[in-house]
Amino acid sequence: MPQLKIPMSVGDLKLMAATIRCDIIEMICTAKAGHPGGSLSATDLVTALYFRLMRIDPANPRWPERDRFILSKGHACPVWYSALAERGFFDKSHLGTLRRLGSILQGHPDMNKVPGIDMTAGSLGHGLSVGIGMALAGRLQKQDYHVWVVIGDGESQEGSIWEAAMSGSKWKLDNLTAIMDRNNLQNDSYVDKLMPIEPAADKWRAFGWNTVEIDGHSMEEIVTALEGAKSFKGAPTMIIANTVKGKGVSYMENVCEWHGKAPCREEADRALEEIRRCSCEQ
Amino acid sequence: MSNNPYRFVRPEVIAILSSKDFFKRVESKPTRASYAETILEIGEKDPRVVVLDADVSKSIRTNKFAEKFPERSFNFGIAEQNMFAAAAGMATTGMIPFASTYAVFASLRALDMVRNSIHYPRLNVKIAASHSGITPGPDGVTHQGQEDLSIMRAIAGSTVIAPADPTSAKMAVWAAAEFQGPVYLSFTRDPVPVLYGPDFPFTIGKAVIIREGKDAAIIANRDLVVQSLLAAELLAAKGIDVRVIDCHTIKPLDTDIILQAAGETGAIVTAEDNIIYGGLGSAVAEVLAENRPTAMKRVGVQNTFAESGPYHELIDKYGLSARHIVAAVEGVLKRK
Repeated sequence: MPQLKIPMSVGDLKLMAATIRCDIIEMICTAKAGHPGGSLSATDLVTALYFRLMRIDPANPRWPERDRFILSKGHACPVWYSALAERGFFDKSHLGTLRRLGSILQGHPDMNKVPGIDMTAGSLGHGLSVGIGMALAGRLQKQDYHVWVVIGDGESQEGSIWEAAMSGSKWKLDNLTAIMDRNNLQNDSYVDKLMPIEPAADKWRAFGWNTVEIDGHSMEEIVTALEGAKSFKGAPTMIIANTVKGKGVSYMENVCEWHGKAPCREEADRALEEIRRCSCEQ
Repeated sequence: MSNNPYRFVRPEVIAILSSKDFFKRVESKPTRASYAETILEIGEKDPRVVVLDADVSKSIRTNKFAEKFPERSFNFGIAEQNMFAAAAGMATTGMIPFASTYAVFASLRALDMVRNSIHYPRLNVKIAASHSGITPGPDGVTHQGQEDLSIMRAIAGSTVIAPADPTSAKMAVWAAAEFQGPVYLSFTRDPVPVLYGPDFPFTIGKAVIIREGKDAAIIANRDLVVQSLLAAELLAAKGIDVRVIDCHTIKPLDTDIILQAAGETGAIVTAEDNIIYGGLGSAVAEVLAENRPTAMKRVGVQNTFAESGPYHELIDKYGLSARHIVAAVEGVLKRK
């Protein structure tokens, strides 16, 4: 494996994001099942975390002082698996085994099967609370690690998200950052048609969180926001990242059906070509 | 002394088992209080132990832990889902969280977190559930955890303990703290007699014969263990000699002691303050049906919700008293 230059420059992050998008398409096409839309919308966020922001050691995935990452919207795990593999936590050959019997790569992530997965996820509305627990424990143990949690905008309809929101501000957990992948779509329909979460930013501010809104596909904005969140003191940060579901694949973008559908081989080839072409133009 | 059929039961208890005012005379305490005392002792010894509450710390008395170890006590308010998932997060870092609430909320309200974020990843979270069974009587049905043992038993890899008395409850909390992995501890709101002395041999997964007997065996847990002892006395007066087994761990189940009892007595009665479906009676029936079909009868809450009422009147109305266990034994003996 070629040596990665970590922390990556914004330019390298963009290239890595394209690689990860290609992995996602390949994995889900091969598995014939999975969730491409929400994996692609979260790709730039996850890439910035794993290749620039997070204090991690792929050779020592359970390093006690590591930053923690939780993909609370666990169905988007292809993006997580790809980032971990590209970062060197496990061999990339596993990516082709997604959802297969005996694979370490379950349909939703299992912390006991995959090196680098900090928490099992899948049932929505758990991850932010788990992050609260990790952040409280870190403070108690006088560790300075940071806890990063990506939640979905649809997931924010779960009541437990708001239980977690209250507790994050009660305990002033500035070692915790939540990032909302605001891609506007969920399984059945548009989030704000089905069960509106707006005004989302006002809600998080009212709950006492340091809240910022960014373009979730601008690597520059992502890096600035993540760095700002890490150094912010006195409250947890919520980054509302405005994203496009299916980002990078024209026929998937903003199309609800691609929440949980696998592309066939021909569709996948078309997607890979688009992603590579875009990446070359950058 | 050689005629004494009891094992590990305190002599002071044995002496008054036939007394009409047994419950007035016997020293009693709610096992939730035993939990709260023990967690203080464990917290003293092990800095990894933290206690999580959901606005019932005054009731469970974990507020004592909060006073002594404020930095290791976290009250989540009325938000059990958040509490259990946060407990999972703490456990990933090596802390040993004891998350405390009532059985209905632990086993129902927050069950998704208990299943998916605690048991599936096998995280080292201890679920301390008070108000198990129908015996939080006065509060009524919404606060009666009458199916917690059934629900928790159905989760893969679960360890489920329902101690009978304050002595064994303290031992159960210690054992849970030393055990690696999730443990569900079921405690009573109401006082139960201190049945055992310090020689009680508590091991997770090992039931204990507390009365020898050859005609039938009563397998019981939690607050129906004492009712089973009282039933044994009533039966002894009729010339029926029953074994009583304290089956404090419903999962993993001590199949050896059950099959031994079935082989040696040929008649089994189970007694639990839990719905009849999926709890101790079901667990014992499964073992017997698959290995040694034996005449048996389950004493437990039937297909009904209970109601508000004082402890003893309530368990009597819903068929969980010593007299019901006596009737069950007599019925099984006819089928032996």
